[in-house]
Amino acid sequence: MSAETKVPTGADFEPSTWTGVVRKRWLKNLPPEKMLPESQPSYVASWIYVFGMATIVAMVIAIVTGVIITLGGVQWFHESSTGRFFNSTHYWSVQLFFLFMVVHLWGKYWMSAWRGKRALTWITGVLAFLTAVGVGFTGYVITTNFNAQWIAFEAKDVMNAIGVGSVFNVTNLGQMVTFHVAPLPLALGIIVVAHILLVRRHGVVPPLDAIDPALESATAASTDETEAVAS
Amino acid sequence: MNLDQPASYWQIWDWISVSIPNLIVIVVMLLLFVLALVLPFPKGSDAE
Repeated sequence: MSAETKVPTGADFEPSTWTGVVRKRWLKNLPPEKMLPESQPSYVASWIYVFGMATIVAMVIAIVTGVIITLGGVQWFHESSTGRFFNSTHYWSVQLFFLFMVVHLWGKYWMSAWRGKRALTWITGVLAFLTAVGVGFTGYVITTNFNAQWIAFEAKDVMNAIGVGSVFNVTNLGQMVTFHVAPLPLALGIIVVAHILLVRRHGVVPPLDAIDPALESATAASTDETEAVAS
Repeated sequence: MNLDQPASYWQIWDWISVSIPNLIVIVVMLLLFVLALVLPFPKGSDAE
């Protein structure tokens, strides 16, 4: 590459490689000002808009404490006071995670949050909820107490009834631990990241009686294009 | 307090019942939802 060769910046270039195609598409859909905004519309200043982030914070605490108790081991988090603290924090962060997520779900449902091309944002939210139920369920069945045994033996009939009991055996402690610490939280993390990126791309959904800035700018852009074509 | 025992249930009607711990969580969620809608949101120092 010569010293005069200019590396194109921004999305205004013709890509010749797949990395260029990915970059152009990324920058077109999620420019830096959308990805990391410095301000939000005024309607976001409401407590009902807090619960999405509260859910994420609770999830991060659950993941961090989960990693800590996994590294410490069962004996440590059952018998030492520090271990029991992290074990309890893991449990209560999950309770708050579901509590905040349900309030977030209600808030978004009653403002029809799938409006303005936000269907995929809604769908990833539903997927995150269902995956979180799976993570929570596998967490309950690996606590090795009578409660866990009861839940597992109730759930095994459901798993057998839907035909997945042979590959997802809820009474197999080792398999449930693996599902709880690896594939399910990983899937949840990926879905939540996708959900957040979609919120960034389409903007936070406005209340029903407010004007959607995302749609307003899109309408203005299409009007400009129409006027340009007409002239 | 031994939490490793069956919870007490509220038999609402015939086959409909809810455990007291679940009922508490549901009531807290409903309360949070209503409060989030009616409580004023604090304004930041740079709010216009």
